[in-house]
This record gives sequence, C-alpha cells and structure tokens, in this order.
Amino acid sequence: MISEANVEAAVETASTPRHIALVRITHWIVVLSVLGLLITGTGILVSHPRLYWGETGGVGTPSLIDLPIPFIVGPSVWNRPFHFFFAWVLVLTGLTYMVGSFITQHFRKDLMPAKADLRWNRIISVVSEHLLWRRPEADAVSTYNVVQRLTYLAVVFGLFPAILWTGLAMSFGVTSVFPILATALGGHQSARTLHFTCVVLLLLFLIVHILMLCLAGFWRSVRTMITGYLPQRERAR
Amino acid sequence: MTKFLKRRQFITAGLATAASASGLGTAFYFADRYGLMPPDHTGIVGIGETLTYATQRLLTSGHSLAREFKRSDISKVPIVNGPHPTDEKYLALLADGFKNWRLSIEGLVARPVSFSLEELRRLPAESHITLHACEQGWSYIAEWTGVRLASVLDLAGVRPESRYVVFEPFANPNQSRTVVRALWESIDMADALHPQTLLAYGLNGEALPADHGAPVRLRLGRHLGWKNTKYLSRIVITDRRDLYRKGGGTWYGGI
Repeated sequence: MISEANVEAAVETASTPRHIALVRITHWIVVLSVLGLLITGTGILVSHPRLYWGETGGVGTPSLIDLPIPFIVGPSVWNRPFHFFFAWVLVLTGLTYMVGSFITQHFRKDLMPAKADLRWNRIISVVSEHLLWRRPEADAVSTYNVVQRLTYLAVVFGLFPAILWTGLAMSFGVTSVFPILATALGGHQSARTLHFTCVVLLLLFLIVHILMLCLAGFWRSVRTMITGYLPQRERAR
Repeated sequence: MTKFLKRRQFITAGLATAASASGLGTAFYFADRYGLMPPDHTGIVGIGETLTYATQRLLTSGHSLAREFKRSDISKVPIVNGPHPTDEKYLALLADGFKNWRLSIEGLVARPVSFSLEELRRLPAESHITLHACEQGWSYIAEWTGVRLASVLDLAGVRPESRYVVFEPFANPNQSRTVVRALWESIDMADALHPQTLLAYGLNGEALPADHGAPVRLRLGRHLGWKNTKYLSRIVITDRRDLYRKGGGTWYGGI
C-alpha cells in the first residue's frame, strides 16, 4: 500500500537532504570540541579527583565523591587553556546552531515531537524496539522518532546550557558580575560537582547515541551526517 | 535550477568568508585599541585566551566585586599549596620577622619607592573575606588583610602609559617545576586598581604565615590561586607586553 503521503515523502527525500548543512557542519565541530573538552577536562579533574558540596573543599575536608584515581598534578598547566579554547568553539558553534535552527525551522520541523507521538505507549514501544535491537524500518530512517526528538531537545536545551552554566559558575570574573550563577547552585564546589555530573550525563547520551548508530548502521549514519544524503541504493530501495 | 542554486550558495559562502575575515580584522584592531587584547593572544590557545579576556573585561568593567562572605563562613583550614622558600636569604628574613625586608615599586612610576613591612602596615588597612580557589579544584574561604595595591601605586605615581604590573617574589631554586611557573606574575591595570586587590600581610586575623606567602602576598578577588603571587620582593610597572609572565599556561587564564 502506497499512500499519497509516502510518495510525497519519497520525493522529498530524493531532493532535500536528510540533514541540512547547518546541522551537519555544527554537528562535527561540536564532536571535535566535545572531544577536546573531555580530554582536557579529564586532565583538570585528575589533578584533584574529589568532589565537594558548597563553597569550599579540599584535602582534609569531607568530600561528596572520591573518584578512585590518583592525584596527577604535573601536566595540568595546559589543560585549562585548551579547555577554554574548546569551550569557546563549542559555545560559538552552539550559538550558530541555535540561531540557524530557528531561522531554518530545524527545531520545529525535525525536533519538535508530533502531539500524537507524545504518549507513553508510543514512547515505550520505540524504546522497547530499540532495546530488542530491531533495525528501524526504511522510511523511519528519514526522520527522527519521538524518543530521539525528546532526547536531542533535552541535550540541546538542557544538558549543554547546564554544562555552560556550571562551568561559568566556577569563574571568579563571571560570578563577580552574576553572583547568582554560583549561589543558585549552592556554591563554587557545588558548581564543580554539577559540572562533572552533567558531563557524566552527556557521556551516557554519547554511549547510547553511538549504540543507536551501530543499530542503524554506523558508517551509513556517519556518511549521511557528512554528505547529508542517505546512500544512493537505499534511496532507490 | 540546482546549478543556479549551487552558484548562489558558492557566492554567498565567499561573501560570508570575506565579511568574517574583514570583521575579524576590524575586531582585532578595536580590541587592541581598547585594551581587550591579552599579551599572549597568539596561537591556538591565544584565541580562547583573547575571547575570554575581552569578554570578561567588557563584562567586569566598573570594578565588579568578587563575592564576599560572612565571618562564620571562614574555612577551618586555609589550604597551603607548596612550602615557603628554603634559601638562606628567605630563611634569614623569616627568622627576624622580616625586619630587613623591603618591597620596592619600580618601573613606570613618578617616584620609585620602597616599603618595609611596618610602613605597609601603617597605610590604611582593609580586610576581605573571599573565596580562594586553586585551578586544581580545591577552595577555601579566608579573611585577607592588607593595603590596597591601588593606594601603594598611588604613592609611587603610576605613569599613564602603564599597562601591566609585574610581581616578583623571592626566587626559590628548591621548588618543583610545577610551582616555579607561579613564581613570576603580572596583572593588567584593571586588576591592579581593583578595590579587592590587596598586598596582603594578614590571614584570618594573624600575620600571614610563611607557607601562605609571608611577609606579603598579592591577593586578587577575581582570580584563581596561582595568580596571587606569594613572598613578594619587587613590583615593576611596565607597558611591555613581553614581560607578562614566566612559565606555562595562559596569562589571564580566566573563566
């Protein structure tokens, strides 16, 4: 059964890219900057792998979490400068993506879930299909399902802004102008702990994201995010 | 149609590149003119450093104050990072309570001056209860007492072309390489004239302990620990960019 909508969708996939250029370019810059931030951030963290709550904390004071890694202080000198370089790349790319997405209506068209999809049974069925490692159907590849949409929205509007906020809350220059950035979180050390927590959540997202790419075909997904189009033979199928 | 679109996209991309290149050049010119360029603005790391410094200088213009705390917030243990110098010269000064120590103010000043610890103590004192944090991640709250750097610079008469204030501590050949980089620092005039920038000689109501930088250390409200030079011996005011620091990492190192 070929419905009119399917034909229209098929015609559309042939002429319009699966991912628009804005999404493709910003996606890969974000990938590189997040990678840089993770590496340099780990470098900063291992120089004092303990997390505290409130304003203060250090060796000899009670900690919230003691990460089971040794204190490695020496090479941390260049971690912060590179961390801030990558942070600026991420922030400027993120701003470009945000502004561009509103202009191109990427959020409305690709990420806002349809009202009909916002039901628990719909969400549960999508999750269980993926948990059973079932490949998505061919026409489902050309759009995001409801769980993807909600997850991407949460990462774009929740997780990344939270990482930025908790990072800025550790800055003495920034908190001298906006003290509430630190006090609202419970203090300097709370901001540091929450910065770490947000990154753990981001890592969880990355693991699931990459697993789902494997399910849908890793290299095919990567190629689509580079060229914008699904491979030719699949489009013909 | 597609060909036309491609050509249009190509022209748009070209124009956008040209616009951003000239925009970047103009931004560079004005940033330098209005003191928004850090001395270490070159290289990959310099891009982030410049963006951070320029943004923070625009944000914090008008001497925004670092958060201050209540006396009850003061930490039980003010954490020490690295022990005091162990060379003969420093130990001799420490032994007699720094009676023979003098802090000299040199460079682009109308009247080069020097102060003994007693003379500094006689200048108007003030105390701030602020957060001291290390780039490694730990932090404590303490009360720092001292004289405003701005008052001392005023007595020396800073010349208008001054751009940076360089802080020279006692050199310590025995310290490890990671600590050496914190031995020589400089700040810009915005930080030097900031009301929370102290030449601190007191910590939590007592004389500054040796490990915390006795007799006098720099105390900055809006910077991390490594910028707060300990064991001061000389202050030089300069307009030279190349004198900004010794060692690794960035100069401003903000965020």
